[in-house]
Formats: sequence, structure tokens, C-alpha cells
Amino acid sequence: MSLLSVLLQVATDLAPVAKMGAGIGAGIAAIGAGIGIGKIGASALESIARQPESVGDIRSNMIVAAALIEGVAFFAIVVCLLILFL
Amino acid sequence: MNRGIISLNLSNIAFKFENRLMIRKLLHTARLQVVLFALLLSGFTYGNTDTHDTVTSPSVPAHEQTEKKAFNAGKMIIEHISDAHEWHILEYNEFQLTIPLPVILLDNGKLVSFSSGHFHHGHEAYRGYRLMTEGVNEGKIVKTLEDGETIDASAKLPLDFSITKNVLSLFVSVLLLCLIFISIGNKYKKNPNTAPKGLQSVLEPLILFVRDDIAIPGLGKKDYARFMPFLLTVFWFIFLNNLLGLVPLFPGGANLTGNIAVTMVLALFTFAITTYNGNKNYWKHIVNAPGVPWWLKIPIPLMPIVEIVGLITKPFVLMVRLFANMTAGHIILLGFMSLIFIFGNMNIMAGYGVSVFSIAFGVFMSLLELLVAFIQAYVFALLSSIYFGMAMEEHEHTEEHPSEH
Repeated sequence: MSLLSVLLQVATDLAPVAKMGAGIGAGIAAIGAGIGIGKIGASALESIARQPESVGDIRSNMIVAAALIEGVAFFAIVVCLLILFL
Repeated sequence: MNRGIISLNLSNIAFKFENRLMIRKLLHTARLQVVLFALLLSGFTYGNTDTHDTVTSPSVPAHEQTEKKAFNAGKMIIEHISDAHEWHILEYNEFQLTIPLPVILLDNGKLVSFSSGHFHHGHEAYRGYRLMTEGVNEGKIVKTLEDGETIDASAKLPLDFSITKNVLSLFVSVLLLCLIFISIGNKYKKNPNTAPKGLQSVLEPLILFVRDDIAIPGLGKKDYARFMPFLLTVFWFIFLNNLLGLVPLFPGGANLTGNIAVTMVLALFTFAITTYNGNKNYWKHIVNAPGVPWWLKIPIPLMPIVEIVGLITKPFVLMVRLFANMTAGHIILLGFMSLIFIFGNMNIMAGYGVSVFSIAFGVFMSLLELLVAFIQAYVFALLSSIYFGMAMEEHEHTEEHPSEH
């Protein structure tokens, strides 16, 4: 009961605090992108270590996959920016 | 043997000395370039600390003199990444250098055009129109009532076909693209079997890259040639505009690919070409996906709905990916530069101190942005070619759905 009233007070009196949601969302998006690209980098390095002559192929595939994952992270960033500026 | 060792040593020393000279020369030029770039960047951002409503330029007599407003980082960043009816180049104390661009409006069938300089940055109405500088319609042109001053809140906004900053930047980049590629094309036509020289040899590796690493992997060796013009155009258009967005001097720096309307049109082109080239197999997979149980399709067509959503998502993701990457890069750079002024407003020495780190980080981010400029163009073209390939794929009589044969 008191938690609800605290939340209601935050939502009405301290409206700019709502923008904190944008910051939290952006942080979580960064975590997601970091984990995803970290996994790609790890498996790319491992496969380069296994077969050093395929460095070129692995490098280009790694960059493509990283760009695609960053695209998804940028969705979250765009939503957070919309919260802040709309 | 002794003489051999001595001569080896001497040549070694000479080589090292020459190397050191070379390296020192390189370091000097690199340092000079870094310093110049940093000065340019800081000068450019320093010049843009204030927006329209502060110090008046001498040509506009009717405003009150307001003192320099505090630095508003958010406003500065938004202004730099969004479109405007004039091209604001620099501002130094009371001297503003902006290029007023033509305003072309279509108002209920009536075509009106004039220079945006008449709006005086939103302070005056002109010919029944006014440029809004705040509120819901910020940056847009609204109609005024007959007295010419108050805004007509009930009228719809006129259709705005003005040559804005982004449109002018688009013209500049298209002109550059046409100049470069038509001249190269003519050179290839004139000397078809000779080695490339000059501009040809700079661009040929990238053109072959588009063919070998974008078109052929997505489309196969048989029909890639049909789509090469589109893929080349899209790749070079996005790459050139991304690069121009990074240049702070006049015709660059307009953030065209960070405008979601532009990326939407590019994605729509991809969507249109995919749809036009879809063969029967493609549509069969969307409407009546093979291998899916019938009860997901017949009473409520769940599977076709999911497939159609997937059809729309793919160009949508293309659009948002390019837009968000470019805009985020600009926001990061501008944010770090505005950090200098935020700190400088608190304490001038803190401003100087932060500027060292800001500029170093800015240089690093700019290099990263160069890489991202190329990668985004590559990914857009690659995904387009993959979608075209998927649209034209023939049915594979492999081990999938044995029950249907």
C-alpha cells in the first residue's frame, strides 16, 4: 500500500524522475550489446587460433555479426532517446 | 669479417637514424594534424554555443538585446543532428554566418517560395507564414492569421518542400557521386583493357569488393549483375554521406544518413525491389509456408501474419540500424565536446583540463566513426543483396518436407 503511494507520488510530483527509465534502458541495452559482441569476439578469436589461415573470412563475418547485433542495441537506444526528447 | 661487421653496424645505424628521422617527421605532421583537427573541432563547437535567441545580428533591429544565455548542451546537440531551414556555419561573438536556404511551400495548391532569411530565425512572420522555434511544431513552418502575427492554430501546416540543410547536403553528395563515377565510367569505357590510374585505382578495389563480397555471396554468380547498379549506388551513397557527415566544414557535416526519412526511402527501395523480384516460391513461403501444420493457417492465419510481420520488419530494421548508428555517433562526439563547455562554465580551468581528454576521446571516436561509416554502408548493401537472393531463391528439393512429395 505504501509502496503504491510512493510510486504514485514519484510519478506525479517528480515527473522528471521518469526520465531515469531512459537511462536504465540505455544501460541495459549496452549490457546486451556488450555480451553479444563479446561472445562473437571470443568465438572468432578461438576459431582464428584453431585455423590461422582463415583470418580474413572470420574477420569479415565477425564484423558483419557485430554490426547486426549493434543494430538491435540501437533500437533500445532510439526508444530511450524518444523517452528523453518526446 | 671485422670489416663486414663494421659495415653492417654502420648500415644498421644509418638505417635506424633514417628511420628515426622519418618517424620524427611523421610524428610532427601527425601531431600537427591532430592539433589542427582539435582546434578546428573546438573552434567549431565554441562557435555554436548559443542558439537563435541570444545576441542579435546587426541586420535585425527589432529585438531586445539579451545577454549570452548559459550553454545548453541538449539543445546544441539536437540542433546539430536535426534538419533546419538554414545552414548555420559559424557564430563568433556577434557575427553569425548562416546560409538562408529557400523555403518552398505548397499551401492548399498554392506554391509559395521565398528565402528563409525573411523569417529572421523565427522572430518574424513573412507572407502569412512563421517559423516556430519552440513547442510542438518546433522547426516547422505554420500559417498565421490575417494580421500576419498570431499563429493560426486551427489551420493545417502547409506542405513543406523547402530546400533544407539535408536537401542541400543531398544535392552536394549526389553531385559529388555523379562527378566521380561518371568520370570513372568514361575512363573505363575509353580504355577498357588498360590498368587503372588515379581515381580509378582508388575506387576500383571498393567496386570489386561490392561485387565479390556483397553481390555474389547474396545473389549467386548467375544473376548478380542485374542488381549491381542498385547495390553499388546504395553502398556508395551511404558511404559518402556517412563520411560527409563527419567533415565539420561547409558542405559536409549535415548528418544526412541520420535523418530517418532518408534511411526510410533507402529501405523502401530495398523492399520494393525485393517484392518486385519475388518469385512464386517466395510468396508460397509467406502465404502458405511448407512444413507448417494446417491448423496454424486455416481458422486464423497465424503463420502468414507472422511471415508478413517478418516481411515488414526487415526493411524497418535496415532503416533504424543506419539511422541510429549515424545519429548515435554524432551525439557521442557532440556530447564529449559539450562536456568541455559544461565544465568550463563551472570553472574555466576545469574546462581546459577536460578539453584534453575530450579531444583525445573525440579523435578516437572519430576514427571509430570512420570505421562505422564503412561498416554501415557494407551491412546495408549486404543485407539488401541477401534479401534479393532470398526473394529469387528456387525451391530446393532436398531433405526438407519429405511428406509433401
